Amino acid sequence: MANLTLVQAINLALIQEMEKDDSVIILGQDVGVNGGVFRVTEGLFKRFGPERVVDTPLAESGIIGTSIGLAMAGLRPVPEIQFEGFLAPAYDQLCTHAARMRTRTRSMFTVPITCRVPVGGGIHAPELHSDSPEAIYAHQPGLKVVMPASPYDAKGLLISAIRDPDPVIFFEPKRLYRAFREEVPEDEYTVEIGKARIVVEGNDVTLISWGAPVVQCMNAIDSSHHSIELIDLRSICPLDTETIVESVRKTGRAVIVHEAPRNCGLGAEIASRIMEHCFLYLEAPIQRVTGFDTVMPYYKLEQEYLPEAHRISAALEEVIAYGTATGLGSAG
Amino acid sequence: MSTMATPPAAEQNLAAKLPDETLREWLSDMLLIREFEVRSMQAYQNKKIGGFLHIYIGQEAVAVGAVAALNDDDPVITAYRDHGLALARGTDPKHCMAELLGRIGGCSKGKGGSMHFFDKARSMYGGHGIVGAQCPLGVGLAFATRYQDEVIEEGRSRHVTVCFLGDGALNQGAFHEAMNLAGILDLPMIFACENNGYAMGTAIDRGTTRADDLAVKAVAYGLERATINGMDVQKVYDGMKPIVEQCRRASRPAFVELRTYRYKGHSMSDPRKYRTKEEEQYYEEEDPIDRLANYLMTQRSFDGEAYEALVKKTRTRVREAIKWAEASPAPDLDELYTDVYVDTWGPYLGTSPPKMNDK
Repeated sequence: MANLTLVQAINLALIQEMEKDDSVIILGQDVGVNGGVFRVTEGLFKRFGPERVVDTPLAESGIIGTSIGLAMAGLRPVPEIQFEGFLAPAYDQLCTHAARMRTRTRSMFTVPITCRVPVGGGIHAPELHSDSPEAIYAHQPGLKVVMPASPYDAKGLLISAIRDPDPVIFFEPKRLYRAFREEVPEDEYTVEIGKARIVVEGNDVTLISWGAPVVQCMNAIDSSHHSIELIDLRSICPLDTETIVESVRKTGRAVIVHEAPRNCGLGAEIASRIMEHCFLYLEAPIQRVTGFDTVMPYYKLEQEYLPEAHRISAALEEVIAYGTATGLGSAG
Repeated sequence: MSTMATPPAAEQNLAAKLPDETLREWLSDMLLIREFEVRSMQAYQNKKIGGFLHIYIGQEAVAVGAVAALNDDDPVITAYRDHGLALARGTDPKHCMAELLGRIGGCSKGKGGSMHFFDKARSMYGGHGIVGAQCPLGVGLAFATRYQDEVIEEGRSRHVTVCFLGDGALNQGAFHEAMNLAGILDLPMIFACENNGYAMGTAIDRGTTRADDLAVKAVAYGLERATINGMDVQKVYDGMKPIVEQCRRASRPAFVELRTYRYKGHSMSDPRKYRTKEEEQYYEEEDPIDRLANYLMTQRSFDGEAYEALVKKTRTRVREAIKWAEASPAPDLDELYTDVYVDTWGPYLGTSPPKMNDK
């Protein structure tokens, strides 16, 4: 075991997969000589050489399109896009080619790419460098979308993503890159795509989140005297409905937390699934603690925008109090 | 970094030195494409084909001549006017026709349609619907073959990728990103621009700079370049062959302009108001099939009788392809959720019927 940051865990996963499989290739702007904009690919250029750690021009459509061609020809490219906002120029390639190639060719061609993308706010960057577009890509059939919130999950999920035969967008919460360390096995292991993690068990309310806000949820739990169950989704698509449903049937209450704007966010999809499967178990309306329906603000207002612990605590209190104040007790 | 590109000279009369049999095969391939397209148009008019249909008639020499200059395992990729390339590469016309008709026997199981012909066994990487967006994919294919050839195979094999594009693609960002990438990464690939004069209804000089000499697009990216008469299959071969071999040898990219003409509209619903009947007639008189047939009949052991026999054989082959395609069933409803992901989760439960999401 080693005590690693999220950045180090990802770096280790890349090294181990590249050593194991020479069809794994990294490409992107400054991933080679410079080791990546967040230094995630540090040391890889020296270790694996310019044929496998490829510096490309600043051309997102070109980077992802090239990766798709590489994948169709049998390799396993791991392109890096520097910030989630820069996925926009590559949206065409991701959604018109990567996501559909398997269907379009009845599985004759597949696109096993792992598109690594730093995501989310909290580092005082402006919009396009602090956004949370995961729901956009989860909406496209053919893509898988994951977002780890811990070094352990980052390593295991990245190995799963690289080995996955379909395109995976691997979002890395940049706020957590160096936020804390965790024991991470040095041996290779996988974390299954599509399986959520119960971070804390509890009975009063289910708190559901993913990415950087998971840490804020932990802070909210630490300051609460209630018994709160925290689920870290880890996979956005496929979504682990079963774990969510099982938990909400137990607690009868749910709060969903995400950084992305509220309108058409993933919270709406999760709330809908809870309604479909847990309607008669619910003791209170589902609450969402989210970003606001506006463009991500610059750093002076960033803390106002992000779903920080105090907002999560307020929502938890409200959901737990529901019924008691109105006289419609939970036994009713 | 590359030095300034110098245009490789077309080698004269390479095709003329090939045996009769090879040139007869080219004629046969061009006739097959022509007949396939004529019958596709009929099927479309009879409402047997859904969506859109982009006809390759007039451009046959480009696909046949370019494919002849390649090895069978050199990757090719193109845009949506893809029937000709697939047929030139040897994809069975019955699988092509079934694809047009949306049948399970289609080369993409009836899931791709006219714009999405694929054939892995023949290194045919599609058929892509977004103008210019196939260009970065071509870069990836060339990159992959170079990696496999030079790193994994340690130089024991060498491949060249040909990425076809229409003249309309020259104005798309993805094309320029791809040219730059190919140049900077020293990839063995050819951007083969089929200049048929029109981006849908926009004449090339109305939408594209330097329409008089498109090969100059290569200069800024340091690519080799050439201009080729795309209405003469022998000239296509003579022009392509030395460039293909140069790319293979030197692992450097090239851009070629193949001057051609599509006799029909952009798609079947195009009234062609943007050009004159006289112009169409001019090019039809330059017909690539007639040209090769005349050459074979005057210079080689081939005559009118042999030509008629070939035409008849081609008609029969396409007629049988249609019969085969029509007998192929439509995909089951189950197919809605297959081939979306490899594994089976949520609604993608293999052969089970489509269900409400995630029940």
